[in-house]
Amino acid sequence: MNSDTLNTLDTYSKNKYKYGFVTEIDNEKPKKGLNEDTIKFISSKKNEPEWMLEWRLKAYSKWKKMKEPKWANLSFPEIDYQDIYYYSAPKGFEKKPKDLSEVDPKLIETYNKLGIPLEEQKVLAGVAVDVVFDSVSVATTYKGELEKLGIIFCSIGEAIQKHPDLIKKYLGSVIPPGDHAFSALNSAVFTDGSFVYIPEGVKCPMELSTYFRINAENTGQFERTLIIADKGSYVSYLEGCTAPKRDDNQLHAANVELIALEDAEIKYSTVQNWYPGDEDGKGGIYNFVTKRGLCAGKNSKISWTQVETGSAITWKYPSCILKGDNSIGEFYSVAITNNFQQADTGTKMTHIGKNTKSKIISKGISLGKSQNTYRGEVSFLKKADKARNYTQCDSLLVGNQCGAHTVPYIESKNNTAVIEHEASTSKINEDQLYYCRQRGLSHEEAVSLIVNGFCKQVLQELPMEFAVEAQKLVSISLEGSVG
Amino acid sequence: MFLEIKDLSVKIENKNILDKLNLNIDKGEVHAIMGPNGCGKSTLANVLAGKEDYEILNGSINFKDNDLFDLNIEERAQEGMFLAFQYPVEIPGVNITPFLHSAINSKRKRMNEEEIDNLSFAKLLKSKASDLGINIDMLKRSVNTGFSGGEKKRYEILQMSILNPDLAILDETDSGLDIDALKIVTEGVNKLKTKDNSFLIITHYQKLLDYIKPDYVHVMVNGSIVRSGGSEIAAEIEKDGFQKFQQ
Repeated sequence: MNSDTLNTLDTYSKNKYKYGFVTEIDNEKPKKGLNEDTIKFISSKKNEPEWMLEWRLKAYSKWKKMKEPKWANLSFPEIDYQDIYYYSAPKGFEKKPKDLSEVDPKLIETYNKLGIPLEEQKVLAGVAVDVVFDSVSVATTYKGELEKLGIIFCSIGEAIQKHPDLIKKYLGSVIPPGDHAFSALNSAVFTDGSFVYIPEGVKCPMELSTYFRINAENTGQFERTLIIADKGSYVSYLEGCTAPKRDDNQLHAANVELIALEDAEIKYSTVQNWYPGDEDGKGGIYNFVTKRGLCAGKNSKISWTQVETGSAITWKYPSCILKGDNSIGEFYSVAITNNFQQADTGTKMTHIGKNTKSKIISKGISLGKSQNTYRGEVSFLKKADKARNYTQCDSLLVGNQCGAHTVPYIESKNNTAVIEHEASTSKINEDQLYYCRQRGLSHEEAVSLIVNGFCKQVLQELPMEFAVEAQKLVSISLEGSVG
Repeated sequence: MFLEIKDLSVKIENKNILDKLNLNIDKGEVHAIMGPNGCGKSTLANVLAGKEDYEILNGSINFKDNDLFDLNIEERAQEGMFLAFQYPVEIPGVNITPFLHSAINSKRKRMNEEEIDNLSFAKLLKSKASDLGINIDMLKRSVNTGFSGGEKKRYEILQMSILNPDLAILDETDSGLDIDALKIVTEGVNKLKTKDNSFLIITHYQKLLDYIKPDYVHVMVNGSIVRSGGSEIAAEIEKDGFQKFQQ
C-alpha cells in the first residue's frame, strides 16, 4: 500500500455523516424501560383494540424468557433494555394530522433537509412516501391515487384500526413473535411502520417508499412493516433511514414481513444509512433487523436489494421462504463498513416447493478497522425437487486493518437440488488506481469509481429513481466529506 | 525544451534500473527507444507517468516548464502526459464512457476550460471510435474487461485520441498485436501527430517503426542511452540484434 492510498484512506475514515443533525421538537415519551406498563402505554397511545394489546403482551412474555442470538461475528456491550425509551412522538400526534397544515413546520423542514419533501406540490414524482419520525408516521403521499386502484398504503397503526382482518391474518405469520429475542421484542413494542396491500391482479404504478428517522435521544425505533401482494399483483417498495449523530448507541430492531401469493411479485429495496458512529467508534445505531418474505403461492417472486452503509452494528438477514412451486427468491446486497463498524449480514433461502430458484449476490466492502461478514444459509427440503441456488459472494478490502468473512451454510435433503457457489476476496488493486490516475482522475475519484464498479451488479437492481442516489451514497461512505 | 531528462538515476527495491539517463524531446518530435528486455524501458515510462514504486536517486525531469517531481500522477496526466500501457488493467463494472468523460473533464478543469457535457462527449467518443475502427458496442463495456490483447491496445489509442495529450508515451504498444491490429494502432498514432505534440515510443521490435516514422531512435542498455540517431539505427538492430550495443 503506497503513501497516497494511505492518505486517501485516512480522509475516508474521517468520513462525515451528513444527516447527523437533531430537530429540536417537543416530544412525548413514557418512562424509560420495558415492562407491561410500557406496552400498555404504547397500545393506548395508538388507540389499539384489545386483541392487539394481548398480542403484544404475549410476545413480551416470550421475550422475557429469551436471550439475544449470539452466533453472529459481532461484539458489543450488553444492551440495557431498561435504559431505553420505547416510544417517542412529536407533541400533538395523538391523532395523525389530516394534512400538512396540521404538522409542525419543524418536522416538514427536517424532511426537506433530508431531501424528502412532503408538501403536495413538491412530492417526489412517481414515488409514494410514508414518513416515520421516531415512533409515529408523519405523512403518506399519493394516498388518494393509490386508493383508486384498491391499494392500501398506510401506517401499520392505521391498518390495525381500519383493516383488522388483514392484520390478524398476516401479522406474525412469516416472523412469529417467538422466533428469536429481537422479533419478540419488536412484536411487543413496535410503534409504527408501513402497511401495504396490493389487491389481486393490480400492478402498483409507482414506487412505494417509507423513510424512517430516529430523532429523540435514547430512543429505540421498533418499526414493523407488512406487505401483502395478492394473486398476480406487483409492487416495488423502498425503505430509507437516517438518524442524528449521538454519542450513545441507539437500538433499532425492525421486523419486515412480506407475503407474495400466487403469481405475485414483491421487490423490496433498502438504502440503510443510520448513523454509523464516529471515527473512534463512539455512538451509532445498533441495527438488529429481521426481514423475511414468504413466497406463499405458485410462481411468486420476492427480491431483496439492500445497500447497507450505516449503523455501528448491522445484524440483518433478509430471507425468503420458497413455499410455492416455481417460486423465486433473490438477494442482492452491498454492505460497506468503515472505521469501527461491524456488519454481519446475508440471507436465508429455504426451498420448500418444486422448481424453486434462489439467487444471492453479495458484495462486501471493508475499510478502516471494520469487520464485514457475509452469512448465508441455503436449504433444500425434501419436496424441493429440481430446486436451484446460485450464490456469489465478493469481498473487497481497502487498507490492511479491516476484515472480511464469508460464512455460507448449505443443507440439502433432496438430491435433485443444484447449488452453485462462488466467492472471492480481493484488495483494492494499486494497478487499477494507477491506471485511473494516469488518465487524470484523483485518488479519491478512482477509489470511488472502482468500488462503484465492484457493486454495480447489485446497484443496478435498485429502482431507477434510487440507483443514482445509492451510487452517490457509496461514494460518500468512502469520501472525506460532503457539502 | 518540452521534455528534458537530465542524469536520471532510479532504483526499485535496492536494484538500480536507470543510470544517469539523458533524453531531450522537443515539440512535434517522435522519439523511439529500443532496447533488450530488462534494460529499463518500461521503468522510464512509469517514472515519467509518476508511479510511486521507484526511488529517484539523482537527476531531474522538466516537462512544459514544470519540475515533474512536483506533480503527482493525476497532475501530470492533466498537464498532458499520457501513458499507453503495456498491460492495460481490467476495471470490472466501470463503464468506459463515464470513465473517459471524467478523465477528460479533470484535464479541462486543470486547464481552466469549460467541462464537456454528456451529449457532446458521447458524440466526440463515437466519432473518435469510428475513426479507429472501434465498434460502438465496445463503448458499452467495462474498462478493458474481457478485452482481447488487441482490443485493449486499440482502446488505449482511443483514450489517447480523446485526451489529446501533449506527450504520449507508448509502452510496448506493439507487443501481442497481430499485423492488422498493429496497423490500426499505428494509423491512429499517425493521425494524432501534429507539430504541437510529441511521442515517445518504447518498443522491443523494429516492426512498429515500419508504420510510425520516428525522428530519433535511441538504444537503451542497462539503464542508459548508449546510442542515438535516425531510423538507420532501427535497421541495424533488426540486422544484428542488441548485442553489439551491449559491449
